[in-house]
Parts: sequence; C-alpha cells; structure tokens
Amino acid sequence: MDIVDLSRLQFAFTAMIHFLFVPLTLGMAFLLAIMESVYVMTGKTIYRDMTKFWGKLFGINFALGVTTGIAMEFQFGTNWSYYSHYVGDIFGAPLAIEALMAFFLESTLIGLFFFGWDRLNKEKHLAVTWLMALASNLSALWILVANGWMQHPVGSVFNIDTMRMELTSFSEVIFNPVAQVKFVHTVSAGYVTGAVFVLAISSWYLLKGRDLPFARRSFAIASAFGLASALSVIVLGDESGYEIGDVQKVKLAAVEAEWHTHPAPAAFTVFGVPNEQTQTTDYALKIPAVLGLIATRSVTEEVAGISELKEKHLERIIRGQEAYVLMTQYRAGDKSPATINRFNEVSADLGYGMLLTAYTDDVANATAEHIAQAVEDSVPKVWPLFWSFRIMVACGVSMLVLFAAAFWHSAKRTVDKPRWLLKFALFSLPLPWIACEAGWFVAEYGRQPWAIGEILPTHLAVSQLSVSDIWFSLGTIVVLYTIFVIIEMWLMTKYARLGPSSLHTGKYDLESPATVKEA
Amino acid sequence: MDYEALRFIWWVLIGVLLIGFVVTDGFDMGVAALLKVLGKSNDERRVMINAIAPHWDGNQVWLITAGGALFAAWPTIYAASFSGFYIALMLTLFALFLRPIGFEYRAKIDSETWRSRWDWALTAGSAIPALIFGVAFGNLLQGVPFYFDDILRLHYTGGFWALLNPFALLAGVLSLLMIVNHGATYLQLKTEAELKARSEKLSVKLALVCAVIFVLAGVWLFLAVDGYSVTSLIDTNGANRTTDKTVLIIAGAWFSNYAKWPLLWLAPALGVVGFLVCALASKTQRHITAFISSSLAIAMVVLTAGISMFPFVMPSSTTPAHSLTMWDATASETTLMIMFVVACIFVPLILAYTGWSYFVMRGRLNEQHIRDNSHSLY
Repeated sequence: MDIVDLSRLQFAFTAMIHFLFVPLTLGMAFLLAIMESVYVMTGKTIYRDMTKFWGKLFGINFALGVTTGIAMEFQFGTNWSYYSHYVGDIFGAPLAIEALMAFFLESTLIGLFFFGWDRLNKEKHLAVTWLMALASNLSALWILVANGWMQHPVGSVFNIDTMRMELTSFSEVIFNPVAQVKFVHTVSAGYVTGAVFVLAISSWYLLKGRDLPFARRSFAIASAFGLASALSVIVLGDESGYEIGDVQKVKLAAVEAEWHTHPAPAAFTVFGVPNEQTQTTDYALKIPAVLGLIATRSVTEEVAGISELKEKHLERIIRGQEAYVLMTQYRAGDKSPATINRFNEVSADLGYGMLLTAYTDDVANATAEHIAQAVEDSVPKVWPLFWSFRIMVACGVSMLVLFAAAFWHSAKRTVDKPRWLLKFALFSLPLPWIACEAGWFVAEYGRQPWAIGEILPTHLAVSQLSVSDIWFSLGTIVVLYTIFVIIEMWLMTKYARLGPSSLHTGKYDLESPATVKEA
Repeated sequence: MDYEALRFIWWVLIGVLLIGFVVTDGFDMGVAALLKVLGKSNDERRVMINAIAPHWDGNQVWLITAGGALFAAWPTIYAASFSGFYIALMLTLFALFLRPIGFEYRAKIDSETWRSRWDWALTAGSAIPALIFGVAFGNLLQGVPFYFDDILRLHYTGGFWALLNPFALLAGVLSLLMIVNHGATYLQLKTEAELKARSEKLSVKLALVCAVIFVLAGVWLFLAVDGYSVTSLIDTNGANRTTDKTVLIIAGAWFSNYAKWPLLWLAPALGVVGFLVCALASKTQRHITAFISSSLAIAMVVLTAGISMFPFVMPSSTTPAHSLTMWDATASETTLMIMFVVACIFVPLILAYTGWSYFVMRGRLNEQHIRDNSHSLY
C-alpha cells in the first residue's frame, strides 16, 4: 500500500470509530435535557434519577467521543497537509468556529452537568443541560458545514499566486444547501441513535421485570422522541437525495447503479447485483419513476448515468490538462496576458487536470491511456455504495416501524405486555450504528476520487510522509482504539446491567449490599 | 483594517490561544502528571482528580481551538508543522487519547490495579504532551529541514530522532517542569492539609528550577543557536509569496527584536520574576499569588519564544527562503477578517462562562468530601 491508501485507511478508521460515539452524544444530550425538564416541571425525583443514570452512560460514551475527536482535528494537518494548505482558507474557518462557538461551551458545561447537581439550583442545572445539548448540536452544524463544502465547494475561488483556494463568500459556505441537508439529516440520525439506545436498554429491564416505573418512563420518552426523529431522518434523507441529484450526480449514479442515462422518469432499483464488468445490474428489481421523483422532483428530467457522466469527465480532463500546464507555466514565470487569459478560461477544470498526476508526472504529455484511466477512475466503485446505501435505508425503515409500535403501546400504557416488541427493541440496538456508519460511508466514499469535489483529488491531498511513518501511526491507532472500544463496551454493559441501582439512592431493585459493593 | 494589521492581530491571537492553553490546560496536565508523585493514597489522588474534574475538558478545548485557529488563520503553517513533526505529533495524540477516558473510567471500577493503571495513563497522557510541546518549540527556534515544491507541496527532510537534540530537550524539560509546577500551584488553591503542604514544598523547588532553566535556555540561545532574518522586502499587505524571499541565518538574530525595542525585554524578565515570586509565595502560603505568578511566568515564556522569532513562525534550516512567517503564510484577508470578528465575539463569552464554572465549583476539596460522594465523583 502507498501513502495515499494508508492515509485514507487511517482517516476512514479514525472517522468511523469517532462516529460511533458522536451520534449517541447528539441524541442522548437532548434526551437528558427532556428528562430533566420533566423533573423540574413535575418535581418527581425519578426523573432526576433518570437524568443521572442515563447521564452516566452518556459520560462513558462522551469520553471516547472526545478522545477520538482530537485525532480528527490533528489529522488534517498531519496526514493531509496539501489539503490543509490548499483549502485551509475556507475549510479551517468552520472548524475553528466550531471550537469557539460550540465545543468550548459543551465541554465547559459538561463538567457542571456532572458535578454541579449540589451547587446549582434546579433551574440553573436544567439550563446547563439544555445549553450542553444545544452546543453539541451546534458542533455538528459547523462540522457538517465543513464537510458539506468538501462535497460541494461553493463561495471560493482558486488563487494562482498563493496556489490555493480562497474564500469569497462565507455566507455561501454556511448556507451551502448540501451542508444544510446534511446537518439536519445527521443530527436526526443522532437523535434516533439516542432513542434506540434508551429504548433497547429500557426494554431489557422490562423483559427482566426490573425497575419497572423507571424503565416504563424511559421507554415512553425514548419512543416519542425516537418516532419524531425517525420520521425526520427519513424525510430529510430524501431531501438529501434531491440535493445530491442536483449537485453530486456522480454519487447519485453510483449509489443507484445508474450505468446509463434512461428516458425520464428514472426507475429506482430496490435490489440487484451491480456488475462493473458489464456495466449493468444483474437481477435488478426496479420500481418505475421513483428515482426520478426523488432525485429531480419531476417526471420529465433525466437522472444522468455513469457512462454519460464519464463522457463529460473526459472533456473536463482534457481542458483540465491545459489548465494544469498553463498553471505550471505561470508559476515558472510566464506571466503573459495570453497565458493568464487562457488559464482563466479553463481554470474551472484545473482539478480534473490534477487527476492526471496520479498516472504521470508529466501532465503536459499525458498519453491517451493515462487520460482513459483518469476517466475510468473519475467515478467511485458502484457496489460498495449501492449496498451501503440500501443497508442504511433498511435499518432506517426498521427503526421507524419499531418506534411506531413502541409509541403506540406506550401511549396505550401496554408496554410490558407485547414481549415481541421488547425483544424487537432490544435486538434493534445495533441498527442505528450500522445505519450511521453506512450513511457516512456513502457520503465519503461516494465523493471519490475527490478530497474536495471537482477541485482537489484525494491522491494529491496527502502529506509527503514515509510509508513506515503511517504504518506506525495506523498500527498504534488501531491497537489503542480497539482496547478503548472494548473497555468502553464492557463498562457500558456493566452499568447498563446495574441500571439505576448504580446511583446508590437506595430506591432501586438491585441495591442489595452485595451489588452495591460491586459498583 | 488592512491585511497587514489583520496579520499582526492573528499573530497576537494565536499567541493568546496558546497562552490560554498552557495557563488553563497546563494546570490540569500538571495535576494529572503529579498523581503518583503527590497523591499518597487513593483518596488523595481522588482529591487531586476531582479538583480538576469539572474543568479539564473545557480547558483542553483551548488546545483544540488553537489547532483550529492555526488551520483557519495560518493554513500553510498548520499543514507544515503538523506533517513535519509527524511522529512527535502522533505521540502527543496517543498520550492525549488517555486523558478523557482516564478521568471518566478510573472511578468506574472498584479495583486497585484498575485505578493504578489509569493513574499511570493520566500521568503519561499529561506529561508527554507537555514535554513534546517544549521540544517542538526548541526545534522551531533552531529551524527545521523542509522545502516546498513547485505546487507548494511540503517536503520535510528530517527525521524524528533529530528533534531530540540537546537544546530542544532543554526546552522540553522547561515546558514539562513549568506545567507540573503550575499544577502544584493549583493544588495549593484546591486542597487541604498534607496534600497542600506537599504542593507548596514542590512549587518552591520547581519554580526556582524553572527560573534557572529559562535563563540557561536564553543564554544558550544567545551563544549557540543561530537566528533567521528576512533580508528582502516582504509585502506585508499583499498576497502570500511564501517561497519568494531571501532569508539569512545569522548568529544572534533571535535577539534583534529586543535590540530594536528594548521594552520587549519585559517579557523574559517578567517570566523570571514570575517564577521567583511563585517560589516565594508558595513558601509563604500565599496561594493565589503563587497561582497567578505561575500563570504569568508560563505566559511570558511562550511570549518570549514568540517575540524572539517574530516574524518567523517556522524557519527552514535547509531552504531558508521557504521559511514560514506570520506575514506570508496566512489565510486570505477575508478569512482573517471573519475569524477576527468571530474571535472578538466568542473569546469574551468563553472567558465569562469559564469563569462562572470556576465560581460555581469554587472551594477546597478534602478526603472526607470524596468519601461522602464516592459514587458521583471521579
């Protein structure tokens, strides 16, 4: 493996592990705020115990979120230094604002959330919890503004003198439609994760017949919050599909295995086996017109297919080759008006020209084969995207059904009876994580071969490190993260099993002297 | 406000964030590094941990923010320093991994072995970054080997072991000891009885050692470390021309700013005075004075390094012309302006709610308090 593969592997690994903890933080923070609000409004201490107990589990999760989050911020500089130089003028700002506006607030208040119970009055503590929840969501906003810009870089222009992208309109970066739909879709997915977590563990108590009042109330809050969130995640995911259809046609074509452009409206492939060799989908089961409706909101517009997109890429790579050559001439000292004018005409395709640097150092004399290879690689592999997208949707639909049933029984106050429902909830515990990881994979793998969509190819974005340096860091990170995740899951299971008895209030079912000692 | 002013403001702001980091996160790193040194029993170590428990997380965001601000305001410097110091940065990262989980998980299992392992994790997680940050500064002062290619890709040509040269190690030791001392002054404020007495005694010694090392490092810098000087004109108001300047390596160049503006000598002088006052105050049990003077001293140490190198941030020892300065390796004027406005709004807010959180959690902790709240504290 070369430095590009290793750097990508390290980034993917650290990001996917980080994203195991983030969605739960986003969802649990609001659930805690809701539980504590009920406590402050009703004065019933069981809701305070709920806030404290679920807060304990939140804390176990949050710690690893912080640990793995530090790696994310450092890694742009350590492993993606050309990326950092090339787009830092735009990309760095939302990251810095995230820290100043949101992460500072969240991290300061989390200390008061855990240790301020006796030092703040009820209302002040509740305000702390709500602000902590808001801050965690504000964090997500800025991170997704940054990520949205990688997908769909707006509000910026290439500066040939400084050899990088520079900001022209910050409001375009913030109100980037891709960033906005990503934000709402992602935080909703976080809420679903929090809700499934509370619902599944509460169901386990109900199945065991333990701490029933505590479990029923937790179940009720999680089912209502979860139903609303699951609905919004699906609606907003559909909106995300429309946005992608608008600005990321390649990703959409790959996700849907649209090998060729078909007459509008395009059919949606529910199931099939994408075949890269024949550029067809075997055993395809299609529903007419649905994809056209999702992606274009019309029955007359076409959804571009992969082969047609590649034809366009070929044109852009040839123009990009010229742009790259002119850029090199300019930087070598040829600042004649002719060079500058022609460069400005073709500079929009500079990124496509950069794609060629993966195959040859001499871009000016790239052969037809180099160009053909660049065109071939200008679209990501289809099957990983096709499948991970369908896994995500299947998990999402399954959780929607779960929450609908849970909410129904919770409203009728019959949650203890249908054991199938409690088991369904318990075994649904992994679903939100599978869905989140699959969704993240679709978003990021679907952007390839670009680090910044149509601007900077991934292979150019890396730091010029040695392979052994990255093997060292990747190996150590894998070992450490594996140990951390094992410890985290072990502690989480231990405390989930103890339940509210871990608070040592003396009111809960397991507080015989033996179990108290264990905690 | 013009580009030149914004560039200068961002040099100041990056300094403010770095100082914010060493002054706040510095004391919790110091406390954690002292767990096995000052804490003689589990209850004492829990007092130490709970003295910083509500605050370490917020404090650490100074580091995250400094990283983010570096990315936004000095993207090329962020890229060059983080990838150039790759192995050192990775070691820092691995150490920092241990802190959040160490604090959170240590008290979750009632076992002596479990706790002891996390104590070591917290010690390493706090001491290693403190040491490496100092080593990094020591290397920046000597210049590091790198150059840019024609599309401004950075190529770092040095290795990891070369970073561990004597001067850099001295800087690393200074950084570690001043942070540990800072932790000890915080413990003077937050603990009682024996733990407090031990912290006082340690601070007296450490603060004096820090003063000596700081002066020693200054003398060494003057006698044996060549500085860098830009000999061409930099257009401080124009676009970055990072690689189009001429730079000379000159003995004593790191002292030229002090020669030009003698008032700047105040920074290193206040650093030394800060350490001395800290030692004296610790001896005479003036705890607030000890903590404030320690804060002042470490702030001045960071400032002294910054002033010596100004306008350089990351000089190149092999291709001096490619050295990165705060005039020609910055973000665009638009980005600097936006980030300046954001900082003006949020830094005061951050200081306000951080101050409030310290106020809420004010007061000393003792072992009885730990035993009474055993299940809700760390």
